[in-house]
Amino acid sequence: MVNKLSSPFKGYTVFLVPGILMFLIFIVLPFLANVGISFTRWSGVGAPAWVALANYERALGDATFWASFKNNLYLIVAMTILPTLIGLFLAAFLFDYIAVKFGNRVASFFRAGFYFPQIIPVVIAAIVWRWILQPDWGALNWLLDAVGLSALTHNWLGDASTAMFAVMGVMVWFQIGYPLVIFMAGLQRIDPELYEAASLDGATWFGRFYHITIPLLRPEIYVVVLTTMIHALKTFGPIYAMTRGGPGNATMVASYFSYKNFFEISNVGYGATMATVLTGLIIVITIIYINIQRRMEQQGSMI
Amino acid sequence: MANQSLTVNNNVYSATKKTPLVNRLTGSLSLIALAVLLVIMLFPFAIITLNSFKTETEYYANGPMSLPQSLETTTLTETWERLEFTTKLWNSIVISVSVSLLAIALSLFNAFALGIGKVKGRGFFLVFFLLAITLPNEVLAYPLYYLFRQIGLYDTRLSVILTLATLHTAFGTYLLTSVFSTTFPKELIEAAMIDGCNKMQLLFKVVVPVSMSTLAVLFVFFFIWTWNDFFLPLIFLISNSNQTVPLALALLQGQHGMVITTQSAAAFLGVLPGIIFFILFQRTLARGVTAGSVK
Repeated sequence: MVNKLSSPFKGYTVFLVPGILMFLIFIVLPFLANVGISFTRWSGVGAPAWVALANYERALGDATFWASFKNNLYLIVAMTILPTLIGLFLAAFLFDYIAVKFGNRVASFFRAGFYFPQIIPVVIAAIVWRWILQPDWGALNWLLDAVGLSALTHNWLGDASTAMFAVMGVMVWFQIGYPLVIFMAGLQRIDPELYEAASLDGATWFGRFYHITIPLLRPEIYVVVLTTMIHALKTFGPIYAMTRGGPGNATMVASYFSYKNFFEISNVGYGATMATVLTGLIIVITIIYINIQRRMEQQGSMI
Repeated sequence: MANQSLTVNNNVYSATKKTPLVNRLTGSLSLIALAVLLVIMLFPFAIITLNSFKTETEYYANGPMSLPQSLETTTLTETWERLEFTTKLWNSIVISVSVSLLAIALSLFNAFALGIGKVKGRGFFLVFFLLAITLPNEVLAYPLYYLFRQIGLYDTRLSVILTLATLHTAFGTYLLTSVFSTTFPKELIEAAMIDGCNKMQLLFKVVVPVSMSTLAVLFVFFFIWTWNDFFLPLIFLISNSNQTVPLALALLQGQHGMVITTQSAAAFLGVLPGIIFFILFQRTLARGVTAGSVK
């Protein structure tokens, strides 16, 4: 009906014009330009010199390049894997134990508290933690001193052996609220009768968690894992605010390495290469992920 | 209905063969464990707040954990002035509001054509938007930086506004198109067209009013994302008078010889707007987070 009526009413296309223009100017052309720059050696001034694939060859043999991506993997652990697992467990625990036993208000109160770090800019969160982790007068070392654990005081962000773990800890702390809130919302869909039946059959809490909660939250788990993985690969602000990739390259990540090449050491061609590789990686991961998700959904619907 | 299921659920728990004492003990223990976790989650904010009301001497004398001796606001006011915080707040507000409005307008136009007008090539556009959402900003940064220098937009708030609005439009279009093409009441469109509405009237008199709640969620998302954004302001905004709140704070931390209480006061000032937005937007946000996950 709508189609018959709307076919004489053409003229919708004109509404796409502003959007398409903006996309061309601010996304498509810059993206293509960046890929182009990645085939050149360029300081940002004067004419770029064509070097074909030299930047990519250089990247393959560059320890910093690999260190950056290795640290992005650490960030996936800290921003995707751990928060998803902790979030699942916490959400189920709040939903079917705390809420049942102490009421929804208590559960909502804890949920809001755990979500709190998510409401501030991640850069500010990183600044807060940098302040706490300061070696000389920072709150964490001061606390350790105060309780007689002076031996454990440490230059957390300044020592190459602990810097990445400190950053990871901060990111876990920052991220937990996101999966928690999404999973708790998803749990509202779950039919309480399923839980009752399982309990009457003698299923333990963990049994129900594994056999009911996790399978039912699948769509939410997919969304959370994909979005947080992309965030982990794009992480820039926290690294800038806490360590600037240091000490040495201990916390260097892909985006910061690219920024450094662009704006700190005027190695624009190489920075563009790094950015292009990162983009390619994110797109490939997204496509593979969506395909896996689709396949598993089809299998799921067949059962 | 809800009440009924709740009581049944309670029976399930009493049906498990635990003595009341053990039951109560596990209950209290799990509450204590959650409370400890909550303290850890909120500790950073508490300690930042505590030390923003202290002077430097007081901090070194009593450490970070002591309560401030008096509600000393000199550190806070000095930090506010040093940061030119009023300017930074204003910049952040101007940029965030402009980005949100512009991105909503663009998303609305796009989604109107794709979701309601069913313009050809819809599949292509949606894949394109999906790719644009996942794109890291680094891959656009240098060419945009170069472009803005050439056309005189470098170091203007407009440069950030235009870029971020376009990036957010990708998400907005994606979301609104799926709303328009699935759940939007088609009778309304048919009725409007029979009444002889033109496209503009259809958009602003029918589509916009009906989608107001979705648009509100989008506004909140765009506003917060823009407020929190760091990378593009860092690259485009070099002068003090144009910088945003997160940018100003990150740059301040980089300066040498910063007094420790000034640092905590700065972090405290950075946290405050987040808390205010959270209170303001809580309801819209809660709806949005759930809407986003089902999408």
